[in-house]
Amino acid sequence: MSYNRMELMISLASRFLEDESIVVVGTGAPCAAAMLAQTLYAPNLMIMFEAGGIGPLLPSMPISVGDSRTFYRALAASSMPEIMETCQRGMVDYTFLGGAQIDMYGNINSTMIGSDYSRPKVRFPGSGGANDLASFCWRTMMITVQDARRFTNKIDFITSPGYLTGKGAREAAGLPPGSGPYKVITDLGVLGFDAETKRMQVESIHPGITREQIAANTGFELLWSPDLDTSEPPTEQELAVLREKVDPYRYIIGRS
Amino acid sequence: MGEPNFALPEAKQVLYQPAGGRRLFSDPDADAAREYFHNKSRKKVDKTTTAAEAVARLVSDGDYLGVGGFGANRIPTAILHEIVRQHKKNLGLAGHTATHDFQILVAGRCVNRCDVAYVIGLEARGLSKRARQAVESGEIEITEWTNAALAWRYKAAAMGVSFIPARCMLGTDTVQYSAAVEMECPFTGKKYLALPALYPDVGVIHVHRADVYGNCQIDGIMVSDFDLARASKRLIITTEQLIPEEMIRRAPDRTAIPYYLVDAVVEVPYGSYPGNMAYMYYSDEEHLQEWLQAEQDPKTLADFIERNIYGVPDFWSYLMLNGGPARLAGLRHQETLLEK
Repeated sequence: MSYNRMELMISLASRFLEDESIVVVGTGAPCAAAMLAQTLYAPNLMIMFEAGGIGPLLPSMPISVGDSRTFYRALAASSMPEIMETCQRGMVDYTFLGGAQIDMYGNINSTMIGSDYSRPKVRFPGSGGANDLASFCWRTMMITVQDARRFTNKIDFITSPGYLTGKGAREAAGLPPGSGPYKVITDLGVLGFDAETKRMQVESIHPGITREQIAANTGFELLWSPDLDTSEPPTEQELAVLREKVDPYRYIIGRS
Repeated sequence: MGEPNFALPEAKQVLYQPAGGRRLFSDPDADAAREYFHNKSRKKVDKTTTAAEAVARLVSDGDYLGVGGFGANRIPTAILHEIVRQHKKNLGLAGHTATHDFQILVAGRCVNRCDVAYVIGLEARGLSKRARQAVESGEIEITEWTNAALAWRYKAAAMGVSFIPARCMLGTDTVQYSAAVEMECPFTGKKYLALPALYPDVGVIHVHRADVYGNCQIDGIMVSDFDLARASKRLIITTEQLIPEEMIRRAPDRTAIPYYLVDAVVEVPYGSYPGNMAYMYYSDEEHLQEWLQAEQDPKTLADFIERNIYGVPDFWSYLMLNGGPARLAGLRHQETLLEK
């Protein structure tokens, strides 16, 4: 069965979400991954949105993390402090972030491109809740296309913390111990982080993609897992749920 | 086994380290705020007025503004338009996911400084070209924060203290370009970020129901408005509906904002348009796209703002200009899922 890269990334991401855990998501692909996981793998996955929605029965894709879809027939319509404090307290297992740049330690830039902060080449919206979620949630994931500009050796601005400069750096900075980047799911492969160096390492390569392609689309030196694998493509069931239930109007999977 | 015994700290010098080098735009001092609140009127009087009068009386050039809701959800659009229409200048703004609200104020060139958590973007809708240009050019001075940081800065102010400890932002460039301070917890010795209290000069919040005194009910998510209402020195409420005090008294557990916090109450049906209002009407995505498109060129933006804000006397005329009751009925149907 044919599939596009967005369907592939969302399917792979959905498999990492364990049942009976809590995830804070934004709009777009992460929301789709959480909805897919909830349908197939993790029926008791609790989905939260940073503006206050807790456990909605999402009738369709929200356009904002604060729109009324995010608490449609929800368990609770709470508040931003309620969600952020739940994260800071250590009860949120997963989150998904996006950004313009990511480095080998999983640090993410969603603030600006350029070398002079006061005169940015390009200004982006900023942290929003991303820095908070990356600081507090146990496992941070990212769904993104992979290219050498985005996967950079020299990040212009660290908006949200990955492992900062390596092992122990988060803890030294005062961030809650044991939290940090978990998986980066791209259109080329699935990347995790080496336990010793906290550097990004390739865990699986998508069907039809080569090692050389991944290296060429990465601006820093990658580590390669000793158990390097080929990614399992989306199943027929995953594609059916994605196309018929999660995103019937192809708002997200049509973006590929 | 006896009870666990947690040692109190030894006396020592505690270290404070400015983590960010940017400007703090508002005074975090709790005693200065207490002095203001000491003199704030407690009168339970009819506070209903018009958007024009409320803005003329309560918003001055140079004030620092906090806007309720979340970008294009439950926002007080009528007041934001009125601020533009009255040419208010040099306002400070809390950019706590400020999307369409930021876009409106920037189109009117009303803002010259902003505590940024999230601005410029309209989430999944795209980016505001004019807002981006205003930030990139330095027209608006920026200090970086996060959504939680700004929410907790309101919370500190609402608590009546001058700072609150948090564990976000640490180790990043976000903190370097903030005005936060690193400190040591006096009990555990662990590193924390001290966030300064944020007391806006003016808070503006749109609610579902309020009585004439300003007792308010909000349906759906509160976002950060519980604390924003309490942190704000002056507070303007716009409400979908004015209700009798009796309805407030019948459900006191629903009162999110009590009257003594409030300085003006303006009844504005569809007041969050073109934003979403939970359980009432969905966002007008076509109109929001029109805004984004108009910004592609300074001339088309000027025409668009002239037509939609300067050229109309009030918010009702703006609604009529953009489809009136027929359009609003459609948005009500979208919200209640009667149509997609």
